[in-house]
Amino acid sequence: MRYIEPHGHMVSRTTDDYQAMALAGCAAICEPAFWAGFDRKTADGFYDYFCQLTQHEPKRAAKYGLPHYCWLCINPKESEDMKLADDVLALIPEFMKAKTVLGIGEIGLNKNTRNEMLILEKHVELAVKYDQLILVHTPHLEDKRKGTRLIMDVIKAAGKVKPERVIIDHVEEHTIGEVLDQGFWAGITLYPESKATPVRAVDMLENFASQRVWLNSACDWGHSDPLAVPKAMQEMRRRGHSAAAIDRLVYGNPVRFLSQSPNFKDPQALR
Amino acid sequence: MSDSNPLAGTPRRTRDQVADLHFMDARFKLLDLAAFLDRLEKASGPEDHRVRGLRAALPLLLKSGDDRVAQILHLWSDPSVTPIEKADTKAASGVWPGLK
Repeated sequence: MRYIEPHGHMVSRTTDDYQAMALAGCAAICEPAFWAGFDRKTADGFYDYFCQLTQHEPKRAAKYGLPHYCWLCINPKESEDMKLADDVLALIPEFMKAKTVLGIGEIGLNKNTRNEMLILEKHVELAVKYDQLILVHTPHLEDKRKGTRLIMDVIKAAGKVKPERVIIDHVEEHTIGEVLDQGFWAGITLYPESKATPVRAVDMLENFASQRVWLNSACDWGHSDPLAVPKAMQEMRRRGHSAAAIDRLVYGNPVRFLSQSPNFKDPQALR
Repeated sequence: MSDSNPLAGTPRRTRDQVADLHFMDARFKLLDLAAFLDRLEKASGPEDHRVRGLRAALPLLLKSGDDRVAQILHLWSDPSVTPIEKADTKAASGVWPGLK
């Protein structure tokens, strides 16, 4: 069965992962900019990273027949250094000209600090100025509920952002309801330990009626699983859900959200 | 297209059917949790705030209702509502340290 991986940090993954995802039915991959596991010291480091996202990684994915898209930002874990963050923000408009850029992301908060909030506000302003979609990273674990609420307040305060053009990722059982109630899309991230497991994700899908939901693996350099979405599909099949219903969730929903960017092409339409 | 996802309003299952699908998974996780608590008993030093949070969540498992996961996640969440001045770490621990 086909699916879209709407959030995978493929610069951290091997070609074996690309191969496994393609064999499992992956039809396209979207890669938000994120933290490398260490703090980059200069804007030049981000310039190289943005070149990797917009130029090199699409070529690597293409070898497995996979369209590759990306999102651009400086992630909240590196937002404490305001000078660095401002320098990186200044780089982004130039890279937005690339045909595979979907929007600004994954922006948001990590420890819910004042500086993180200021840089989040600047990212939202950038998205508004250039009419870009927004992909939001919500904080981890005990910081998630507070951070999710602060992020939604910032986006709403900007005044010009349509919530249906924003996906708030890494929702869990205690945040998904508020996110959907406020009109945003919700991303459920499937991780082996933190965030949601495939089983819990399917529970949430059965409990919340909104169609503004997608599943992603957010596979990266840490403990994560690039095949998490197909494993959630398997769990849906085990529970008796139809192939058509599963397809709408793991293929149709990402296509509906991402098609709001003129750069995204429905992979089915490309064949 | 209607604003409802195709899994919502799920086919009703019997408790036997749910147990057939997920009991063994829950069984091994419960035994792993018991083993973790046993391991803690044999260790020295004061109780870690994360373990304190885990123990505080255990009674919620025995309450009735269908929102135990959300209740536990709320219990472990930072209840404050304003941004902090500066973080002393990038990491989260899993349980708000102020939980009593």
